[in-house]
Amino acid sequence: MPHRKSLASVWRRIPQRYRMESTMCETCGTYFFPPRNFCPTCRRKSKIKHYAAKGTGKVYSYTVIHVPQEGFELEIPYVLAVVELDEGAKLTAQLCDVDLEDLKIGMPVEVTFRRISEGKGGGIIHYAYKFTPISGQNK
Amino acid sequence: MAGIVGYGAYIPRYRIKVEEIAHVWGKDARAISGGLGVKEKSVPSLDEDTITISTQAARNALEYCGIDPQKIGAVYVGSESHPYAVKPSATVVAEAIGATPELMAADYEFACKAGTAAMQTCMAFVDSGMVDYGLAIGTDTSQGRPGDPLEYTTAAGGAAYIIGKKDTVADIEATYSFTTDTPDFWRREGEPYPSHGARFTGEPGYFRHVRGATEGLLEKTGYKFDDFDYVVFHQPNGKFPMRMAKKFGIPKEKIEVGLLTPMIGNTYSGSTPLGLAAVLDVARPGQLILATSFGSGAGGDSFAIKVTDKIHKNPRPVKDYVERRSYLTYGEYIKHRKKIRM
Ligand SMILES: [Zn+2]
Repeated sequence: MPHRKSLASVWRRIPQRYRMESTMCETCGTYFFPPRNFCPTCRRKSKIKHYAAKGTGKVYSYTVIHVPQEGFELEIPYVLAVVELDEGAKLTAQLCDVDLEDLKIGMPVEVTFRRISEGKGGGIIHYAYKFTPISGQNK
Repeated sequence: MAGIVGYGAYIPRYRIKVEEIAHVWGKDARAISGGLGVKEKSVPSLDEDTITISTQAARNALEYCGIDPQKIGAVYVGSESHPYAVKPSATVVAEAIGATPELMAADYEFACKAGTAAMQTCMAFVDSGMVDYGLAIGTDTSQGRPGDPLEYTTAAGGAAYIIGKKDTVADIEATYSFTTDTPDFWRREGEPYPSHGARFTGEPGYFRHVRGATEGLLEKTGYKFDDFDYVVFHQPNGKFPMRMAKKFGIPKEKIEVGLLTPMIGNTYSGSTPLGLAAVLDVARPGQLILATSFGSGAGGDSFAIKVTDKIHKNPRPVKDYVERRSYLTYGEYIKHRKKIRM
């Protein structure tokens, strides 16, 4: 889940946060998220290439947050999940528009674009990916 | 001639019933719901706003037509609920769909008709050859003061249109606008909720401008009401568009397909674009659509749109979004709309 960081560091990660752009290693076919410029398996033989994730995957594991971090008080309870993308990379993200009783491992999800946080007193609003159950899975 | 190459809709998942709001304020739920012709309205999630709804609608439009977002040369987002007073919604949306950086972009505001104003701008850019494709979006997450009559209808949703010349699924044959200075509805900078000049809302506002734009379009094109298979009028409630249709002698069946307000409330800038999207979801090649928006302040934009044989199934139809719903109590709704300050 994207945390609140400095304005510059959030801005630099716009391609990753908005469009799920990352990298993969052509040598071994491993997809990374977030991006790496070095493959830990292939090391010096790494051939790093850019890709944009399709944005579909499934819930690998999840946890329901009842004690929020600052700024998320209105949102509790909310769900943090490890999502396994169809490309194979795993990432942590918030699940939204999901009923807690429907939550299960393996649930198909797709990317959506949501507000993550906003600075206090008229600060910048941070937007990024979250995941939501694929339509028809959760009515 | 510029036309619609792709379109996409998005409506948040949450709903509150008019009945639930009426109970809280001790009003007669059935009288209010019946008077407005609205049963329930959509409510955005805490993490949704005009930018996220616009992005989802734009992504759906891209999914519909499959064009490369880098070919989009203009992005215009129409709304009266842009999250920032200064900093465009259009830049975030454009970045999120991958249309930057060779791009013209801006936000539009014209109460409920900013989305159709954006469509007209994109048509002109396409017809003049300035861009191959333009993206026009109408979205709102409108708010009513708790207890104000507006609270029963102010809803959230939006639709996006990719305007171009090649492989159009519907051609925009003509557009006509009717604009005057009318004090029917306004919101000052820094005010969370709008004000309305009640005596200007009906005839001097809505009806005069919808009529002016529609009659102007008919005169310009030579079409008669009978020539149209479907009609979409701006829908601040369920009653106004039906009354307008009745005055024009348009049968109910032609207007019902694009009338979403009874189920989702008034989505302001999203209202006419969403109604049009619902019609395109079911329209067949050769059919003719009349769509007239209305924006307080005031003006109306009318369009004559002919469906081509390239029209195809929408993978994310408006109907699915209308039917996907989960109900909130008034307390949950207050939290969702951040009407309490923490
Ligand atoms: Zn490798």
